Amino acid sequence: MLKTRIIPCLDVKEGRTVKGVNFVDLRDAGDPVALAKAYSEQGADEICFLDISASEEGRGTMLDVVNKTAKNCFTPLTVGGGVRSPDNVIALLRAGADKVGINSAAVSDPDLIARCAARVGRQCVVVAIDARSTGNGKWEVFTHGGKRATGIDAIEYAKLACAKGAGEILLTSMDKDGTKSGYDIELTRKVTENVTIPVIASGGAGTIPHLIDGIKETGATAVLAASIFHFGEIGIVEAKRAMQDAGIPMRIEKDWA
Amino acid sequence: MQTVALIDYGAGNIPSAQRALEVAVERSGLESRLLVTKNPDDIAAADRIVIPGVGHFRDCREGIYSEAGLVEAIEESVLKKGRPALGICVGMQLMADLGLEDGETKGFGWIPGTVDHIPTDAGLPIPHMGWNELIIRSEHPVLEGISTGSHAYFVHSYHMVCSNADDLKAQVEYGGPITSAIGRDNVFGTQFHPELSQETGLRLLTNWIKWQP
Repeated sequence: MLKTRIIPCLDVKEGRTVKGVNFVDLRDAGDPVALAKAYSEQGADEICFLDISASEEGRGTMLDVVNKTAKNCFTPLTVGGGVRSPDNVIALLRAGADKVGINSAAVSDPDLIARCAARVGRQCVVVAIDARSTGNGKWEVFTHGGKRATGIDAIEYAKLACAKGAGEILLTSMDKDGTKSGYDIELTRKVTENVTIPVIASGGAGTIPHLIDGIKETGATAVLAASIFHFGEIGIVEAKRAMQDAGIPMRIEKDWA
Repeated sequence: MQTVALIDYGAGNIPSAQRALEVAVERSGLESRLLVTKNPDDIAAADRIVIPGVGHFRDCREGIYSEAGLVEAIEESVLKKGRPALGICVGMQLMADLGLEDGETKGFGWIPGTVDHIPTDAGLPIPHMGWNELIIRSEHPVLEGISTGSHAYFVHSYHMVCSNADDLKAQVEYGGPITSAIGRDNVFGTQFHPELSQETGLRLLTNWIKWQP
């Protein structure tokens, strides 16, 4: 049976992990390589790096951090932030990423998804969507770290991304991100109902019940969270045991404390 | 001193596989040299070869066939010299007779079977992505210490349907049985990524480094 994934996400800026509350106030949560290794050993099912400064400052992604991380943990690593071309994707894969997230560039040019999938296979291409509610059960796609409105409907865009060859969708609720009030259940469910690829719920996790609802109420196959893990508020194994008790199949190894 | 060649033909998460093989070599206690190469002479001379592969069946096959002398070197190692080979993900799928991803593409034909789409009747998301529990179908030295219930990391939309039940070593369940490990004579393949499967993966790679078929 396939297990539900917990994915700690490390927002990285200039080689350091940070986590913004609603993408603005940044708190330093340490060295991404060390954190990724620790999470890997503590039961993380995948690790995600988002280079949050890349889109706004035009910086390249941190190939060096990716390479060091790949050499230090045998856990799948997804890297996103500032990816604009199939060559960017290949550079990250060559550095040691296992999957690459594409966000802003795919919104302005959805064919980029198809071009990347053709080069590296769709299973390596994660389309990251930042969405904000516009009321009336609709959500709008935002780009550039959540700063730029696009007028694009998030559900329609998710369908388009799936049709273009995305292997997975990383769906972040801008309304919920950093609030620790739980995932946007309605948004996430709408997306999973409209695509055939795996969806990762993101934005808003603050408690274990949030993680449980983020799976059970939505159809997502993975939950992504950051600050609750970075500051030791919740341990990954602790979260996994609680999710398993709630009836969600989780990967729990015997030798974990 | 044995030489292990990790074939780098442009389709694979080479850094992860390289690092995991380095750890496996260290754990095996065998003096081994790991080469990451597409050089046909090195590959033909190596004591064992690893064929990685991510992405598309046809693209991976074309990737190998576009490197002058590469497929001949692989066949010399596997078929003429009978040296151990390990295929990972699409590298495993290439061992089949035929791939059906976007039209028919011939494989190496080492293990009878066809690479077909994962069954979609159950309406589960595709790709099959994440950690799944192995179900061991028959014992094999490369699977020593790995048992039914061990977790392995998968990311794929196609899988191999073996013609010969004896070649099937492990499966997982995902809307139906999914081929997860195959073996025949001197070749072994995993649909999952041992290099991303933590302890289970490192154990498998260590077993393979020591395997003398």
